[in-house]
Amino acid sequence: MSVAVAPALPMLVAQTRAQLLNYIRIPAFSLTSLALPLVFYTFFGLPNAGKHFPDGTSVGLYLMCSFGAYAVSSVMVFSFGIGVANQRGLKLDLLQRATPLPPAVAILAQVIMAALFAVVALVVLMLYVVVVGGVRFPVQTGLEIIGLLLVGALPLIGMGMAIGYASGPNAAPAIANLIYLPMAFASGMFVPVGDLPDFIQKIAKYLPTYHYAQLAYTPVHHADEALQWALLWSAVWTVILFAAAIRAYRRDALRKFS
Amino acid sequence: MTAAVELIGAHKSYGTVEALRGVDIAIQPGEVVAMLGPNGAGKTTSISLMLGLRKPTRGQARLFGIDPGDRRARSRTGVMLQESGVPSSLTVREVIDLFRAYYPQPAPTAEALRRSGLEEQAGMQTGKLSGGQRQRLYYALAICGDPELLFLDEPTVGMDVESRRAFLASIKEFAATAKTVVLTTHYLEEADELAQRVVVIDHGVVIADASPREIKSRVAGKRVSFTTEQPLSPEALAGLPHSRIEIDGLRVRLLSNEPEAVLGALFRRGVHLHDLEVVGADLEEAFLTLTSRAAASEEVPVS
Repeated sequence: MSVAVAPALPMLVAQTRAQLLNYIRIPAFSLTSLALPLVFYTFFGLPNAGKHFPDGTSVGLYLMCSFGAYAVSSVMVFSFGIGVANQRGLKLDLLQRATPLPPAVAILAQVIMAALFAVVALVVLMLYVVVVGGVRFPVQTGLEIIGLLLVGALPLIGMGMAIGYASGPNAAPAIANLIYLPMAFASGMFVPVGDLPDFIQKIAKYLPTYHYAQLAYTPVHHADEALQWALLWSAVWTVILFAAAIRAYRRDALRKFS
Repeated sequence: MTAAVELIGAHKSYGTVEALRGVDIAIQPGEVVAMLGPNGAGKTTSISLMLGLRKPTRGQARLFGIDPGDRRARSRTGVMLQESGVPSSLTVREVIDLFRAYYPQPAPTAEALRRSGLEEQAGMQTGKLSGGQRQRLYYALAICGDPELLFLDEPTVGMDVESRRAFLASIKEFAATAKTVVLTTHYLEEADELAQRVVVIDHGVVIADASPREIKSRVAGKRVSFTTEQPLSPEALAGLPHSRIEIDGLRVRLLSNEPEAVLGALFRRGVHLHDLEVVGADLEEAFLTLTSRAAASEEVPVS
């Protein structure tokens, strides 16, 4: 007796594998998402790696959290933003829509791919900070940073998808950069928020990227807000940004598939 | 027996444009059906409805008796669309393996490669394929799930003569295993070579549904043009097998399936003509005869 549909798990594995291979083979994605955090840490982090805040927290460790948040958020915003726009540009979505692949499996595969890449980017950054920066921290702290940055990435996936469904493949990189980079900067990922101009500090408190960075500072006890507040803000931004993504997706789907 | 594909009174509008205006088609398992029609006739829209990619404004679409968007229907169906893409950095083999995972009982990768003639390109990244190779890759992706039903929307576009021939042979091989094939094409020869049944669509309605042979006999095969010494009166052509006559001063153009009979009769009726040209009518012209005939007589399409 023949089986009516293909099993979901092997489908998910195959889809994730294809996504990973595609991501790795496009250096514009893979190389920048691995190398840029290291480059920035070299500029901003290494000169201060040995210093300590008055409360004793290592500046090198604190900046590792900053650039860790930057690394994961750029993987999310760019892999979904530019990735989805490219898929639409290549008309990949048209053919995929006609296959038995459930859309949920396709999206889940992309989430897993981005998460795997984010973990690799974080581990590479942490090794660099330990080996080159000479910063020391417990493995437990490293794992907590990775875990919180993955959990908190949900609104950034929403942001990426909203950009990816609303813009074409040529515009997406520019739009993603224009929206995300100033946000990352204003949220203290490059320079601590306290050192930024007043008006930016005021705006920063409302940005999803600010609360995302706060999540990363929690394990090193240097966050400006309590974990539950950072998580609540992330949840609110998840709802807002996914609503935007779904809206953009529906508009795109209405044009092609109604 | 449940029809493999069914459109029931299907209407489709895009804004104010009516792409389909009441289409009824039922395709039985094992049939090879060509949908033929000029650009913008509604072929691709019909396929989109059959596949559940688009929803009819009115009427119904069914695949194996169920909703075309249902995964159970899609799992038995392979599709080659006009507009589609695959990740450009993956190799031919990787993309085929990916698509195989979507189907419950896929064909072996080697078989998909062989039948699409892509064995030599198996390790090539899809972004580096030529236009014709890309078409063959889409064919490989359509058959790699070992579907019972195959949709091919303008499958030979962008292929040279050689690959087109090989490709048509491969589709025949597929159809010979008692599978159902629905293809759209611009080319009457292609429909003739592959299909047992031709559905002609124009302006969103089915204007003919018959065997290729019958269709061919109904469309005008030749364009005849000549110059006369005196202006030709339309009565001179009365009762002769022709259509779409145009008289422009002394120049006469008409379409006919039996140019010999028309010209013989003209000679017998004492019409002197020179600058005679008889050429094969292109499909556009052939459709015009079918369309104008359908419009003139409002005849019910033969089925």
